[in-house]
Amino acid sequence: MIHAIAFYLFATLVVASAALVILARNPVHSVLWLILAFFNAAGLMVLVGAEFIAMLLVIVYVGAVAVLFLFVVMMLDIDFAELRAGFIRNFPLGMLIALVLLAELVLGIGAYKAGVIHLGTPDGMAAPLVGRSNIESIGALLYSKYLFLFESAGLILLVAMIGAIVLTHRERKDTRTQNISKQVSRRPDEATVNTKPEVGKGVQL
Amino acid sequence: MTAFFQSLGMSYDWAWLVATVCGILLIALPLMLGVAMIIYADRKIWAAMALRRGPNVVGPWGLLQSFADGLKVMLQETIIPSASNKGLFLIAPIVTFTVALMAWAVIPFNSGAILADINVGLLYVLAISSLGVYGVVIAGWSSNSKYPFFSAMRASAQMISYEVSIGFILICVVLWAGSFNLNDIVQGQKGHVFGILNGYVFNPLLFPMWVLFLISGMAETARAPFDLTEAESELVAGYQTEYSSMAFALYWLGEYANVLLMCALNAVLFWGGYLPPVDWAPLYYVPGVVWLLLKILFFFFVFSWVKATVPRFRYDQLMRLGWKIFLPMSLLFVVLVSGYLMLTRYAV
Repeated sequence: MIHAIAFYLFATLVVASAALVILARNPVHSVLWLILAFFNAAGLMVLVGAEFIAMLLVIVYVGAVAVLFLFVVMMLDIDFAELRAGFIRNFPLGMLIALVLLAELVLGIGAYKAGVIHLGTPDGMAAPLVGRSNIESIGALLYSKYLFLFESAGLILLVAMIGAIVLTHRERKDTRTQNISKQVSRRPDEATVNTKPEVGKGVQL
Repeated sequence: MTAFFQSLGMSYDWAWLVATVCGILLIALPLMLGVAMIIYADRKIWAAMALRRGPNVVGPWGLLQSFADGLKVMLQETIIPSASNKGLFLIAPIVTFTVALMAWAVIPFNSGAILADINVGLLYVLAISSLGVYGVVIAGWSSNSKYPFFSAMRASAQMISYEVSIGFILICVVLWAGSFNLNDIVQGQKGHVFGILNGYVFNPLLFPMWVLFLISGMAETARAPFDLTEAESELVAGYQTEYSSMAFALYWLGEYANVLLMCALNAVLFWGGYLPPVDWAPLYYVPGVVWLLLKILFFFFVFSWVKATVPRFRYDQLMRLGWKIFLPMSLLFVVLVSGYLMLTRYAV
């Protein structure tokens, strides 16, 4: 009973908050609804017994990606009148995307109805690992069977990260950077001078 | 506890529900009381280090000061700025407070005394602590005011930066324990060094990780010397500038609950949690909760001590410490620890 209640609660909240992501006028509200959708999706993952994926979803998407989204969206200067002005112009494009998504949805449901997908290979490597926790079975697969794919995914991410840094980094000549070790090694007697100037005369520094 | 309620004639579902609610109350209520007392302790320690008396008027030795403050705050008027985003403005402190309580679900208070004994306990703690930033960011944005917004920006950058190195530090512990379950991690520390000392901190490879964890914990909870989010000389009061009354109090309570959680994590991950410090039979007659509580109090004293003695960091220093020192060091130790374990435990 609790299982069913939890499922319907999470599922309803996912769908409702996903709908509110696109219905909300304010982009910041949209991002916050998106976060709620992620969170409830993690709840659904826990219900099907994929607790490791659920935690990763929260840590990666809610904890890091969505924070950066929010960061960017909050800095935007939103003019609501301008947002609505572009509506007619972008309407055909929007409809096109909606059609593509609908087609994907229909295809997906059709494929699901056609039968269960067998992810395992004939040699039986991916047979369900009984009596092991989520993390152990994922690790056992990732670091043996899918090692090459896993490593290349890591490499692609590394390249993407370096690429992003190279593209956005620019050397500015007019900024002053702080040399921490120089600051730390500074002592009072190097930084101050004790002089006793005559009255009416300035101090030569 | 579920079995006990089932023996009273309830069906399994209802027994589970009642048992879980009781468990939550058993953790949350003492925690709230503990937070009230720990605020008092913090002020007393801070005062003693500054050669002052601290709170000493309300109740014997000022013990009831926090409750008086709580009552005062409760009776104040809640002021909501007219230009703020009202819904989010009120949700933000609730988020902070709730998230601060949620992580306690997986802390083992004694062997078996744990609300949710899940396989991914440590990941759960990491996930929940990464949610903490939302309370601050939403508050900063919805206040529609300059200083809270600056503070929210600082807070999110700071928390994300230090979460990265905390993640790697936790990986070192997990590698050694071979489990994400906090109860297993505590049990793995039993007689860890020479079969005498309980705790990963006595391990030369993990001791530097504990030092990093302690400092990162201070940065993660935005505690002095890393309290740049509420640097009063630059940002008035930071993200809580526009808050008053109970909404403000929720931030206050949430912040201290988070600090206590960090102290508890220090104890559980590195100092043997509910185990006594030495693996000696008579010490096991003392209940595990007492050991855990003593360790938490000790670490809270360390946190207060640091707050009272160390001046606030500059923001660029904070970022440099997180990204240029802690991150490479924790990465290096992940390599060292896993290499050592490969050679000794999982010989290839």
